[in-house]
Amino acid sequence: MSDATPTNGATPLLEFRQVNTHYGAVHILKDVDLAIYPGELVCLLGGNASGKSTTLKTLLGMVTPTSGEVVLDGEVVNDKPTSYRVVNGVTMVPENRRLFKRLTVKENLQLGAYLRNDRDGIAEDLERIYELFPRVKERLAQKSGTLSGGEQQMVAIGRALMSRPRVLLMDEPSMGLAPALVQQNFELIQQIHAEGMAIFMVEQNANMALSIADRGWVLQTGRVVLDDSAEKLLANPELRASYLGEG
Amino acid sequence: MSTHALTTKSAKRLAAVDRFLTFIRVFLVALIVVGLLAFIWQQVDADNPFARWRNPDARGLTGDQFKGLLISGLSQGSMYGLIALGYSMVYGVLGFINFAHGEVFMVGAMTGFIASEKFAANGMWEQNFILCLLLIVLLAVFFSTFTAVLMERIAYRPLRNSPRLIPLITSIGVSFFIQNFVLGLFGPASKSYPRLPEWLSKQRSILTFEIAGTRLLVLVVAAVSMAGLWYVVERTKTGKAMRAVAEDKEIASLMGIDVNRTIVTTFAVGGAMAGIGGILWGLMFRSVTHMTGFLPGVKAFTAAVVGGIGNLGGAMAGGISLGSAESIAPMVILEPLGVPGVSQLKDAVAFTVLVLVLLFKPSGLFGERLSAEDRA
Repeated sequence: MSDATPTNGATPLLEFRQVNTHYGAVHILKDVDLAIYPGELVCLLGGNASGKSTTLKTLLGMVTPTSGEVVLDGEVVNDKPTSYRVVNGVTMVPENRRLFKRLTVKENLQLGAYLRNDRDGIAEDLERIYELFPRVKERLAQKSGTLSGGEQQMVAIGRALMSRPRVLLMDEPSMGLAPALVQQNFELIQQIHAEGMAIFMVEQNANMALSIADRGWVLQTGRVVLDDSAEKLLANPELRASYLGEG
Repeated sequence: MSTHALTTKSAKRLAAVDRFLTFIRVFLVALIVVGLLAFIWQQVDADNPFARWRNPDARGLTGDQFKGLLISGLSQGSMYGLIALGYSMVYGVLGFINFAHGEVFMVGAMTGFIASEKFAANGMWEQNFILCLLLIVLLAVFFSTFTAVLMERIAYRPLRNSPRLIPLITSIGVSFFIQNFVLGLFGPASKSYPRLPEWLSKQRSILTFEIAGTRLLVLVVAAVSMAGLWYVVERTKTGKAMRAVAEDKEIASLMGIDVNRTIVTTFAVGGAMAGIGGILWGLMFRSVTHMTGFLPGVKAFTAAVVGGIGNLGGAMAGGISLGSAESIAPMVILEPLGVPGVSQLKDAVAFTVLVLVLLFKPSGLFGERLSAEDRA
């Protein structure tokens, strides 16, 4: 799975083909190619304003590419709304978690399953999340705004899992977490990945992200400048110089 | 140096404003305390000097009079509450005050008049009142909802991404438009609802309260509607979606919630509540004009702010407390102070309540403190 080129015949779950996006006249993503295969953990690195958030928004359909194709399971979904992509297995844990703070923890989790109608399946998934995060179960009736940062992260991940995604996008999962929680958070991500979930992670903490990822891309001002296996990226002197604060 | 001079100057002005606000706070609280004390004295013994201090003729209120004021305040207030819900819900979801919401209420009252007049003309009103009532409520809810949804679609949706002041000003325009539209269609004359059947409107005595049947009807219908709304917002999937959209539209759409449809639903539910309020208003006061929506609308907006705008429980509580205050306070606080013509001062009392609440708790009775980013 952690092969540098995991193509060997499988179709990617989610794919960018030569995607360009603009905000007004500003050209953000430039001819970006990405592919996320089932079950892999990949990460996208890059400095500020390199186009990481735009990549996520484009994957989810909140930004429409000006040219190129966003492909979900072999189908071009450029003009499909976010809800279509959520139904078909893409979801995101947003930056800073963005829980509905005035809603209870349980309501947050239920909203994750908003588009699903299978009562039994939803109940089953709720149980799974309680198993994964016993602390969340204790706080179900509490307003989610009253939780600690670490607990909010659990609810945010739980909420995303409630849509039964096949690929989970994570926007800066360690942002705003106490240092002690960052490690715990990455362990969590690994645990979910170990259950077979494909994870696409945008992360500032390049070292940590690459240490658990299979593959990585590096974006620079909207262009993919590096695309390699995580080990090779970690060993890459250029990357070490620019993102890992060395050299 | 000049900036230094400027800051001291503005600091001085700030101190002056603070002193002024403190003065108003103390003055209003003193007014209420003295008024209440004088009232209590009157109740205890109308012949003592304090009771006669400002108003030598006052004799206080009998228990029945007080209960009457309370009932009329509650029924009036529950109508304010029904309208206030619409202001509060739209504010919660879109962050602006829809000043045309009072007109939605008026459309409900007007629809009720037209329908009930037809029913009265062919005798159905007398024969089968309950059925007629149900029908006019349904019709009023339909037309009010339709008006609310239409105004969202035509006037507010194109302005979704503009600064919040712009839909606010637009809503004032929408308000004028609807008023004049109704004026053009039905003329300026005041229209009166047919008389309620005797078995309903007669005085009843419930738990020692003497209460007119109409007021009882108003209270019951308002309570049932509010309970229904509470159920929808707190317990259904649609309600959850509404609350999610109110908090964070981007993440709500990430959950797969159709934000536009949810906003329409919010307008529709608010409109339905206003429609029911309009019917109740018509049944109770029996008179409707194209201007009927104005004052109740402003009062309901006041109620929504008093309760904490954006908070539904607050809107109901705000409406009920505002209605009770404007019914009770003139007789209990102002009359003992010797203010002449107190029964004319209802509206002044209502807006004084607003000033008082904003002075002491700017976010409203049940409101949460808005963070800087939430503030308009």
